[in-house]
Amino acid sequence: MLAPVKIVVCVKEVPDAAAPKRLDPSTHRLDRSVEGALNEFDTHALEEALRVKDGAPDTEVVVVSMGPARAAESLRKALAMGADRLLLVSDDAAAGSDLVATTAVLAAAIERESPDLVLFGQQAGDSDGAVLWAAVADRLRLPMISQAASLELGGGTAKAKRQTEYGYDVLQSPLPAVVAVSDAINDPRYPSLKGIMGAKKKPQDVVTLADLGVDPGAAGEAGSKTEVLAVSDPPARGDTVRIEDEGGSAAEAILSFLQERKLV
Amino acid sequence: MAKPLVFVEHHEGEPAKGSLGVLAKAASLGGDVAAAVVGPGARAVGEGLGAHGAGTVHAAEGPALESPLPQPRVDVLARLVADGGYDTVLFAASVLAADVAAGLAARLEAGLNWDLVDLELRDGDTLVGRRPALGDTVLVDVGWKETPRIALFRSGAFEPGAGDGAAAEVLDAPEEVEEFSTATAMLEQAHEESSGPSIEDADVIVAGGRGLGEAAKFALLEELAKALGGAVAATRAVVDAGWYPYAAQVGQTGKSVSPKLYVACGISGAIQHKVGMQSSGTVVAINKDANAPIFEYADLAVVGDLHEIVPKLTELVRERRG
Repeated sequence: MLAPVKIVVCVKEVPDAAAPKRLDPSTHRLDRSVEGALNEFDTHALEEALRVKDGAPDTEVVVVSMGPARAAESLRKALAMGADRLLLVSDDAAAGSDLVATTAVLAAAIERESPDLVLFGQQAGDSDGAVLWAAVADRLRLPMISQAASLELGGGTAKAKRQTEYGYDVLQSPLPAVVAVSDAINDPRYPSLKGIMGAKKKPQDVVTLADLGVDPGAAGEAGSKTEVLAVSDPPARGDTVRIEDEGGSAAEAILSFLQERKLV
Repeated sequence: MAKPLVFVEHHEGEPAKGSLGVLAKAASLGGDVAAAVVGPGARAVGEGLGAHGAGTVHAAEGPALESPLPQPRVDVLARLVADGGYDTVLFAASVLAADVAAGLAARLEAGLNWDLVDLELRDGDTLVGRRPALGDTVLVDVGWKETPRIALFRSGAFEPGAGDGAAAEVLDAPEEVEEFSTATAMLEQAHEESSGPSIEDADVIVAGGRGLGEAAKFALLEELAKALGGAVAATRAVVDAGWYPYAAQVGQTGKSVSPKLYVACGISGAIQHKVGMQSSGTVVAINKDANAPIFEYADLAVVGDLHEIVPKLTELVRERRG
C-alpha cells in the first residue's frame, strides 16, 4: 500500500465562534442551542486528508462525528470542502459523554469504517480538549502520533514532525495509525461553490448507538466517569481598558498608558 | 484517603518542574505519595524525588521505553495501577503527559479531568478538581464518579516544594509493553537549540502571532522591542509555521516568561499561550478581532490593525526616549 486508501477524519460541531458561550446552569453542560459550526481545528485534519485525495483520487475520505442530529448541517461544510461522506453518531443516550464515553462511541464508529488512517485536529474549540486521539488510539490498539506539524504518507507509513517542550521530533508509524495534526500543518481550503452545491447529495449517515452495537450504558452520562459539580465565577482580575483604533491613533493611547505605569 | 501515583516526566536527567509541582501538591494532601518515572535514567531521577514528596518511586528503564513516546508509558502505568492499587494518577500537562493520561483513561476506563489548576480533598477521600473553562471566564469544580481517577494539571499550576524531604524507596517497575504501543518509532529526537538572547530574562517582551500575516512582519516587532529595550517572542503557531525560532516561543511547549510588560501583537490568546505569559506584570494586546480571548487577560486591549499601530508606537517611544 503506497498511500492510505481510506481516511477517517474525526470532527466536532462546536458553537459558532461569534456566539456567546455559556454553561447551562441546570445541567452544567455547554449550551449548544446557539448556532453551530465545524470546529476550526478539525478543518486542518480534513485538509490533510483532502491533499492525499488530490494526489490519489481513489482515496475515500469519511468524516466521523458524534453530536445532535442537527449537527449534520454544520458538518456539511466538511463535505463541501471535499470529503466523500459523513458518519454522524447521534443518540440522546450519548449526550453529556465525557472522554471515556466519547472514546467508546467514536472507536466503534471508526472500527465500522476500518480505515487506513484516522486524523484528528489539535483541539476542540469549545472545551479546549486536546486528548481524545490518544484515548481513541488506545481503545483501537493502533499506533498514534500527535501534534503533527507536517505529515508524509507513503510506503505504508505515516511520518510526522512535531513540536514538544524540547524542540522538534520526527516520528513514524506503520498504517493503520491515528494522527492528530497541529493547526500549523496547512491552510485549509474554502469550499467551492460547486462543492457547496454537491455537498447535499453526498451520503450522510446518521446512526444510533444500537446501530454501532454500543451499549447505551457505556455512553452519555451513564458511561461517563467524571462529573461537573459546580460552576462559579473566577476571581475578579484588574479591569481591562479597551480602546478601538482608527488609523493607528491608538499608538498615542498606548504610550500614555505605558507612561502612567512607568513602563517607558 | 487517596492513594496517588504521580507521573514524573524527565529530560536529560532532570525532572520536569511541572511534575515536581504536582508531586508537591499530592504530598500536601497527606498520605503516601508514589511517583512513576519511565525511560533512560529513570532510577537516577527517581532517587531525587523523595526530597520532593515521593515516598515510593517506581522506575522503568527498559529498551522499549527509550524514546519519550506515550503509548509504552500507558502500558507501564496501567500495570502499576493494577498491581499497586493506586486510585489516582496525576500528571503535569505536557505534549507527552497529555497523551499518556488520555491513553491510560481509555485503558482503565477511568475518568480524566484535564486542564486543572487545583485539587482538593473533601470529606476524607473525595477529590475535587478545579478547571477554568470557556476561555477562563468560568471556574468549574469537577469530580470523579469512581476510581481510578486521572487528573492532568495545567502548566505552572503548582510550584515545586523545597526539596528537603527524606529519601524515597526506588523500586523496579514492570517494563513489558504491548506490541501496538511500540509501533511508532522516533526517527529524530528533539534537542534544545539555544540561540540569541533569552526571553526569560527580558523586562519587556513584544510577542507576535499569526495576526502578523507573514514572517517578514516580525521586523515591526523587532523595531518596537528595540525601542522599548526588550526582546521578541512568538506563539507556537508561528514557530511551527517557521516564521520565528523555537527559542523565542512562549507558551506550554515553549518558555514561561514574566516580564514587567508583555505586548501581544496579533495573538489570539489560546490557553496554551496564556500559561506561558500569565505572570507578566502588565499586558497590552493588539488584535483586529474584538472577540480575541487575549483581551480577557489584557490590561490594555486595543482593537485595531497592528500593522498601523506598531510602527507608530515605535516612533512615539523613540521620540519619548530621545
